[in-house]
Amino acid sequence: MSADGSKTRLPRLRNTSEVLDKHAVFVERHDTLTLRLLPRDIWKRLAMERQKDLSIFQPAFIAPSARRAVLRLSPQAMMGNPVMFVAWLGALVTSVESVRVIATGGEGLVFVLAVTIFLWLTVWFANFAESLAEARGRAQADTLRSARQDVMATKLASADRSAARSEVPGGSLRKGDIVIVEAGGVIPADGEIIEGVASVDESAVTGESAPVIRESGGDRSAVTGGTRVLSDWIIVTVTADPGEAFLDRMISMVEGATRQKTPNEIALTIVLAGFTLAFLLVCVTLYPIGAYFDTRIDVVTLVALLVCLIPTTIGALLSAIGIAGMTRLGASNVVAMSGRAVEAAGDVDVLLLDKTGTITLGNRRATAFVPAAGVDESAVAEGAQLASLADETPEGRSIVVLAKEKHGLRGRDLQQEGARFIPFSAETRMSGVDVQGRKIRKGALEAIRAFIESHAGTLDPGVARAADEIAAAGGTPLVVAEVVNGTARALGVVHLKDIVKGGIRERFAELRKMGIKTVMITGDNPKTAAAIAAEAGVDDFLAEATPEAKLRLIREYQAKGHLVAMTGDGTNDAPALAQADVAVAMQTGTQAAKEAGNMVDLDSNPTKLIDIVGVGKQMLMTRGSLTTFSIANDVAKYFAIIPAIFVVALPQLAPLNIMGLESPRSAILSAVIFNAIVIPALIPIAMRGVEYKPVSADALLRRNLLIYGLGGLIVPFLGIKLIDFAVAGIGLA
Amino acid sequence: MMWTLPILVILGCALSSVPLGRYMAWAMNSRGPGLPCRLDAMVARVGGSRCGEDQRWHRYAMSMLVFNAVMFTVVFVILTAQAWLPFNPDAKGNMPADLAYNTAASFTSNTNLQHYSGEQHLSYFSQLFAIMWLQFVSAATGIAGLTALCRGLAGRSALGNFYRDLARATVLVLLPLAAVVAIGLVLCGTPMTLQGSAVATTLEGLTQTISRGPVAAVVAIKQIGTNGGGYFGPNSTHPFENPSLLSNIIENASIILLPMAAVWMFGRIVGSWKQAAVVFAVMGVLYAGLVGTSVITEQAPTAALAGLPVQDAMNLEGKELRFGSSAGALWAISTTATSNGSVNAMHDSLNPLTGMMPMIGMWLNVAFGGVGVGFINMFLYIITGVFIAGMMVGRTPEYLGKKIEAREMKLALLALLAHPLFILGGIAIFAATPWGAATVQEPGPHGLSEIIYEFSSAAANNGSGFEGLGDNTPPWNIATGTVMLLARFIPIILPLAIAGSLASKERLAESAGTFRTDGVLFGVILTGVVLIVGALLFLPLGVLGPIAEHLAVSGGSAGPR
Repeated sequence: MSADGSKTRLPRLRNTSEVLDKHAVFVERHDTLTLRLLPRDIWKRLAMERQKDLSIFQPAFIAPSARRAVLRLSPQAMMGNPVMFVAWLGALVTSVESVRVIATGGEGLVFVLAVTIFLWLTVWFANFAESLAEARGRAQADTLRSARQDVMATKLASADRSAARSEVPGGSLRKGDIVIVEAGGVIPADGEIIEGVASVDESAVTGESAPVIRESGGDRSAVTGGTRVLSDWIIVTVTADPGEAFLDRMISMVEGATRQKTPNEIALTIVLAGFTLAFLLVCVTLYPIGAYFDTRIDVVTLVALLVCLIPTTIGALLSAIGIAGMTRLGASNVVAMSGRAVEAAGDVDVLLLDKTGTITLGNRRATAFVPAAGVDESAVAEGAQLASLADETPEGRSIVVLAKEKHGLRGRDLQQEGARFIPFSAETRMSGVDVQGRKIRKGALEAIRAFIESHAGTLDPGVARAADEIAAAGGTPLVVAEVVNGTARALGVVHLKDIVKGGIRERFAELRKMGIKTVMITGDNPKTAAAIAAEAGVDDFLAEATPEAKLRLIREYQAKGHLVAMTGDGTNDAPALAQADVAVAMQTGTQAAKEAGNMVDLDSNPTKLIDIVGVGKQMLMTRGSLTTFSIANDVAKYFAIIPAIFVVALPQLAPLNIMGLESPRSAILSAVIFNAIVIPALIPIAMRGVEYKPVSADALLRRNLLIYGLGGLIVPFLGIKLIDFAVAGIGLA
Repeated sequence: MMWTLPILVILGCALSSVPLGRYMAWAMNSRGPGLPCRLDAMVARVGGSRCGEDQRWHRYAMSMLVFNAVMFTVVFVILTAQAWLPFNPDAKGNMPADLAYNTAASFTSNTNLQHYSGEQHLSYFSQLFAIMWLQFVSAATGIAGLTALCRGLAGRSALGNFYRDLARATVLVLLPLAAVVAIGLVLCGTPMTLQGSAVATTLEGLTQTISRGPVAAVVAIKQIGTNGGGYFGPNSTHPFENPSLLSNIIENASIILLPMAAVWMFGRIVGSWKQAAVVFAVMGVLYAGLVGTSVITEQAPTAALAGLPVQDAMNLEGKELRFGSSAGALWAISTTATSNGSVNAMHDSLNPLTGMMPMIGMWLNVAFGGVGVGFINMFLYIITGVFIAGMMVGRTPEYLGKKIEAREMKLALLALLAHPLFILGGIAIFAATPWGAATVQEPGPHGLSEIIYEFSSAAANNGSGFEGLGDNTPPWNIATGTVMLLARFIPIILPLAIAGSLASKERLAESAGTFRTDGVLFGVILTGVVLIVGALLFLPLGVLGPIAEHLAVSGGSAGPR
């Protein structure tokens, strides 16, 4: 039939081939469920943005970031970062010293100036890293912002369609204002429907192309600003002041405008401040100790030593790492409502995953026909197919497809044969078709048993056994029966099965290696749940899950010292979402769910929980690795600077110059230069995060320790030596 | 031959520390019926409710401070009034106030830095009721502090009762051990008497007054409790304190035995043998490394004999010939790595590089460390290591199932920074002023080493001296006295605060994603953290003192480039 059948909404299906067309669409949808980028509007653009993100030093970001980095050199801006503030003070001191040397015509001006320039560069690089991270976040926010169109709103004087209307700009609406939106109009602000029902295109926010019904009262009364009413009209009371709408909050989170330091970041800042204080102590006390040897250590050298020793590398990149973590999360279309949530994601060790959509493909599919004694398998298939032709459910369609694939059965034009379809009803718990004097029914075992017995027949015990076996194996048995000439008999059983997503088992095995437990949440009975759980390889499952059971489960895990992450979308998920440590609400979900969660997944893809954990872990790993690197660097810097300071008073110290640096001044300057340029060199790692593999903690630690610990010890020896060559070569010192 | 003694002593102690640690855990932490609880009941009867109830960290710390303040005051009074007190057969006079301040601070803080000479300045009463009494209770304070810390780490928010723990540590741990050691020493020939000095007529017909007294009792607790304050000025180089090779082995072993056992006690109380084994291994590696380096560097002849025909021999300057250079090196490390401070050789006369090893021992102060406090110091490094390396597994840092957050790090770093502050700050002031510069034996790196050593010894609550330094002056007495007190109590109180904070947190479940602190990898990290943090803080001192001296005497003067 028509190839454009899929475009018609709820078509009346006439024959099998039409059903098959529909099914093809269905299969395609499900197979691409996780990959599917959103069909239109901003999410496509966001995806492109993601591609662009790979190049960190984008020309568009460089110039503004460079400018911002200069503006941030003000003392108020620097004070928030104790490490860089000390470096900033150091640069200030050497600047004053430069002026003094120039004024007095003292010796060593080139050295003093060179040190001063590189100290300022060190501070500037730090600001640049942060500005760059923010610029990338802002670019993401801009794409979000473009979703918010400034529209005109039709304001009502009272909640009555016939009340006086006035046209006002959408941005001027305040909480409590009442507006009417009619077909074709854009909803001007977040609100609650107080009257009317309408189909709304929410693709601008959710990416879901199918329109949804929104109506007053109940779970579906919330509307989001920026979405479009397709049919009918609604009266909406505005629930957010300008700038406080959901979209606004997401934007400000992504932008980093409301960024607050996360608990671990605060602790790390304290540790870095502690190290800074310790080195301040070392450097300040060197001066009087120098006096004991009648050496006057000049102030530039001391400042250089201090700035080299304090952990400027991690100090410079710390906030960039945090911002970049949020941006990376944003790149996978997840908006975290706080940095704290991202950090907690790294700690999560129990994932509650909804079965449907995460572990299994959307719905059950027919996988086998089990005939009753004396019935041909193709007869079961034929009966099942006939009974399902008008069945719009995915299960029904899959039966039609299986019958075609296995037995080459093509549907007939039943309409012409005067077929009458019997839809599923809660009362009979069966569906089927009456055609040419044949009554064909399919349904649960007990329903069919009752059906057969009502026609004075008996159910073949073999069929009942087969149905039980299927149920025991985690499948759903669908018994098919027919009544021909007043004789009722069971034809056989259709085996409906949940299809576990490809690759998910391996994914869970990886998670297990990382020490993360997966728990499947399903409404199925325990038997079915156990079978699917075994097939998918989850660690545990919660069957016949209710919102209360979910909440209880989360509390149990937390009491045992676990951190729990979950996804949810319904209003009844809200308590569990609020209880979970990391709660990802689906963007398609209700406002209540979104308020209770601490992240929102714009793609509404529950599998993403796994990626979110990855982003959290990567952020923490990056912090730890760069801190380790920064501190390990100090060893080499000591070997460069300490002999250089004292070699004049204590010539015997010359053998400690193990790097064979040209002169004391060249040694000090080289250490300062290395210390400065290592910051931009590490910006890519800070932004992308250190490479992350799903392996055990021990393996991760070994790897990072080798690269950033051992590497941090060795690299500066090479780097400083190389720079020393260059510095001596061009005669800087 | 040169390795026999060190290996014998270290292995012997390591092995016997395991059962001793178990015993200590029982003695300190047993709550079932038995001797420890009967002792608790006695303490509660004597001291009232304040000695019976469980205390949270701040009450515990407060009790500890109050008790120590009282002890300090009493001892100060005894020392400044000993002329009028009994047991003074040799009619010793009163101690000057600044020296008494230094001495009271020194013994209250378990340091036993001695700016006095026992046989000249102290009556028997002072030796027994000021010195020896404090040697018991200051060591017991350390054990009590560690027990409280362990309880907090095990998740108990009430850390116990200080007075109870003090009594248990004194009566059940220190007294029996000290008695055993004292008997052993008496058998080796150490005197134990309350009679006055012996007067002997020498072969040449001269009369000689030979100091003696209750030496064995004092020496036993001096070693067992990582005290180090000798009965006589020359400490364990004196033939009455340390008469033979056997007594030398007994004393050296008693120096490191309790600090080693304290680690196992920790493992026992927190319920993880492996956690303790890792810490023990790290401490062991650091300790063995220092001993090994010293034994080797001390094989080189002393620079003082350069050009003489005897110069090929090992460095015997300042050594007791009945022990030899290996025994001197082993003791020098044992006594400094553990905050003991007794000596059986003159550290001043060690070769310069060997002389740096005891300094490193005191700078790190964790290679077993003082009784109880050694582990507490290591705990600060553990927290720091866990915090930095823990993030590298992609989780916020945790130790023994407890999250390490801003509050813990603030406290840990304050405690960790106190140590370099006292050492570097003190040295800076004294090196730049006549207070220190005028009291050194010779100017230049060696003189700086003497100043470095004195402050390191005070800050590490060690108590050994580099000697050569004229340290019985008011500035030295007051400065080191104050450093000893602060350096004693800050690094006990702040870790207790950390323990209290950790105890109140939820214990997290362990998984394959947890940062493990009971494996070889963490051992490597912890060693790295101790060495790198130690090196970063103290490397300049090492370079300017002993290393500069070493390079100068070994003729490595290549001149500036």
